[in-house]
Amino acid sequence: MNTMQPFSRRVFLAFFLLTAGLANAQLSIEITGAGANRIPVAIADLSGDPTASRVITATVRSDLERSGLFKLVDASGAALDENSPVAHADWKGKGADALAAGSIGRSPDGRMEARFRLYDTQKGVSLGGAAYVTGNEQLRAAGHRIADFIYEKLTGEKGVFSTRIAYVVKSRSQFLLQIADADGQGAATALTSTEPIISPAWSPNGSKLAYVSFEKKKPVVYVHSLATGQRHIVANFKGSNSAPAWSPNGSKLAVVLSKDGNSQIYSVNADGSGLQRLTQSGGIDTEPRYSPDGASLYFTSDRGGSPQIYRTGANGGEAQRVTFEGSYNVSPRPSADGKSLAFITRREGRFQLAVMDLASRQTQVLTDSNKDESPSFAPNSRMILIATEVGGRGVLSAVSSDGRIKQRLSVAAGDVREPAWGPFFQ
Amino acid sequence: MKKLLIPALLSALILGCSSTPIPDETGGAPVESRSGSSGTGVAPVVAGGVDANGLPRELTDPKSKLAQRSIYFDLDKYEVKDEYRDLVASHAKYLVANRGFKVLLQGNTDERGSREYNLSLGQKRAEAVKRSLVLLGAKEEQVESVSLGEEKPKNAGHDESAWSENRRADILYKAADGRGEF
Repeated sequence: MNTMQPFSRRVFLAFFLLTAGLANAQLSIEITGAGANRIPVAIADLSGDPTASRVITATVRSDLERSGLFKLVDASGAALDENSPVAHADWKGKGADALAAGSIGRSPDGRMEARFRLYDTQKGVSLGGAAYVTGNEQLRAAGHRIADFIYEKLTGEKGVFSTRIAYVVKSRSQFLLQIADADGQGAATALTSTEPIISPAWSPNGSKLAYVSFEKKKPVVYVHSLATGQRHIVANFKGSNSAPAWSPNGSKLAVVLSKDGNSQIYSVNADGSGLQRLTQSGGIDTEPRYSPDGASLYFTSDRGGSPQIYRTGANGGEAQRVTFEGSYNVSPRPSADGKSLAFITRREGRFQLAVMDLASRQTQVLTDSNKDESPSFAPNSRMILIATEVGGRGVLSAVSSDGRIKQRLSVAAGDVREPAWGPFFQ
Repeated sequence: MKKLLIPALLSALILGCSSTPIPDETGGAPVESRSGSSGTGVAPVVAGGVDANGLPRELTDPKSKLAQRSIYFDLDKYEVKDEYRDLVASHAKYLVANRGFKVLLQGNTDERGSREYNLSLGQKRAEAVKRSLVLLGAKEEQVESVSLGEEKPKNAGHDESAWSENRRADILYKAADGRGEF
């Protein structure tokens, strides 16, 4: 009996560590590359409440640095707020092209308010400012909004720091569909299942996810409202139901059904009504994605003898082949600006992320990995999120569309796969 | 007699492989010595040549050809290879002779490439076996094909021997009374 106690303590400890590991299944980010011409920017500590300031300022700095487009210039010791006079020449002398300064105050309703102003130190002018009302639990969100503002002012394109990502974690025998901030923080589990979950797809307004769940012992397409947790079946026909893709206005989904034998593409209203067949081939047609204007669909088909990417009208019709190089090109994902197409190509037995410039049809392979899968563009079309494998474990990686910047996101517990980058914050 | 045996068997089950005689609390019939080598203390009862899933032993006895339920495929391919023609023909013959029986064909792929494409590829593999069975006389309604894609690997390894084992369609049976493997 006296051997029992340490044994049960060990079991308890192991159980505690496992559950703690699961609860903290946060993504950590490692940057493995940076842009060639990074903009030097100084972010002064926000004045006011020191705890809140630390969280917000750190979030802004790490967002900008992680993007690979900025170089942080040391601003420690600068006691500035959004109304302080700025010694432009001094900041220019320190190497900063831009400076942000601000404070944490109280909004009229008693909540916290983060205010800031951004300066162009070269021209000695203000580039504008903003104020975000926030609560203690949303300090990081306020930081992301400030980083988005700075990013847009300095690069001319919208930032994606306030966006969210979805992905699936396989942890022991469980599959978790998780949502996190684009920096991997604040992960929340939307669905837990003992059966596989694949192909999450964000609705255009970011309130819902469509995905494929095997919980009924076969693939079935669901739509899941994130705020309420309510879910309904969109496609559960005989055979397999999979590969959901939202139309840009959110009214319809393209899905892949095998009810008539092989996998073919159909469209269905978001409530599951109005099924319509879009492709007619004797082979496999799958992985549909609407073009951002909603006029056409990119998809994968083996109608030519090997899996290649094709394009057809949003209501079907004749299909044109898009990829020609190699014997395996799959998972087409058009960028939101309509200019490029990301996909996975097999080169000498290795699966790698490639991007095609749709105007010139030039293709560039962006990675040197073995097992890239499931690309998804950031809504500003600059970065592409993929699933890949490092040391036999599934990790997520974000690659800039020019291939120069690479970030790795990994979860402490388990394999991460099936990422999907959400739309702009609304 | 039957009533008394059940609690006794239950306690045997709970105590597992204990070699000491089991005290009989109810004072009823003594527990008979158990045969069977599984070590679980439970010998599966076979009545009328039916196995634990309620299927004829013909389908599950390792000596029977019909116990071979897997058809393997080449990379990226979904054609049933010649070496499996005989096996598919045997299953078709069984379905013709036993119209009340149904089969579920589960198509699988290796882990490489797109999960969605693999789901479709697995469906094609299951569908190819289905077509052969139907061509050889099985009825459409006896055969359902589904895909598990790369999601349920039989071999969790990451090399060619694991991959070739996972490029596979499995045949699962269900008897006329609804009992079976799916």
